[in-house]
Amino acid sequence: MLEHGAHAAGNVGEQVKNMILHHIINGWEIEVPSSHWGSSVELDSHLWHFQLAGIDVNMSISKHVIMMFVAAGLLLLMALLLRRKIALVPRGFLSMIEGFVLFIRDEIAVATMGKHHAPSYTPFLCTTFFFILTCNLLGLIPYGSTATGNISVTAGLAFVAFVAIQFAGMRQMGVFGYFRHLVPPGVPWWLAPVMIVVEILGIFAKPFALCVRLFANMTAGHVVILSLIGLIFVMGLAISPVTVGFGVFMYILEIFVAFLQAYIFTMLTSLFIGLLVAGEH
Amino acid sequence: MLAHLAAGIGAGLAVIGGAYGIGRIAEGAMHGTARQPSASGDIRTSMIIAAALIEGVTLFAEVVCILMALK
Repeated sequence: MLEHGAHAAGNVGEQVKNMILHHIINGWEIEVPSSHWGSSVELDSHLWHFQLAGIDVNMSISKHVIMMFVAAGLLLLMALLLRRKIALVPRGFLSMIEGFVLFIRDEIAVATMGKHHAPSYTPFLCTTFFFILTCNLLGLIPYGSTATGNISVTAGLAFVAFVAIQFAGMRQMGVFGYFRHLVPPGVPWWLAPVMIVVEILGIFAKPFALCVRLFANMTAGHVVILSLIGLIFVMGLAISPVTVGFGVFMYILEIFVAFLQAYIFTMLTSLFIGLLVAGEH
Repeated sequence: MLAHLAAGIGAGLAVIGGAYGIGRIAEGAMHGTARQPSASGDIRTSMIIAAALIEGVTLFAEVVCILMALK
């Protein structure tokens, strides 16, 4: 585990820091079980690397992109396999998935936007939930990496949520009605300029908060686990029972956090849509 | 060096504020659930939403601290 950082510096602290960064930050190599290719597969970091209007753009496939492909592939496979087993009384794995979907429909969508609007947004919310959950859990298995622990990935997810929220508002109120609602009726005219600025800031702050929340929560847990492991190398083998105990505890907490953050992202997206579409009731 | 110090202190202060706020919400939710156990589902949902919003503000502060430390 430590040999990745060994070339950088001599002292142990520096090596531990490099080991943590290597596991957190996006990279161009994927670790695989040892085989005749060695213990990692190198990806081409210049596959789609080009200059666009003077800006360096690198769209090559990296470790986290592969992890997102894996998550999407698993979900697609799950959907295609379970589709054939749909029954009135679901069994096994299907009943677990159906429990999640029902929870998203009844406790998230219906609770925040009412019975009338919920069916049209439930598929989007389910997609968001299952994709984030799969990405989070892929970071917890060996050889995996947390794609949601990369701020670019969460920014992309937040952008999708942003588009969905704006689309919902404009579909409900019309494009002009949507911009008129930035100044709620009954506000004194001299407050209107302030209200417009605050409301437009709010429109962008919501997805920004979604992005940072998911990123920080997924990164923080992994840093704590890796720091606990690194402590063994810094303080000696005698400390290992304590750090391994704490590490296992943190790992179980991380499984809970993976579900909780997927739920919170979905819940808040649904809430923001609900604030726009359910206003007239 | 000073930036690292400021980032560390700032991260700690942000956590104190966030923890106090989320603690108050949990306190209120527990009181509410104890008085009216049948409303526990609704109370839990509102509690998670409010806690997530406070957490978001705290994380903004933490991101500022990270930027300060990395500068």
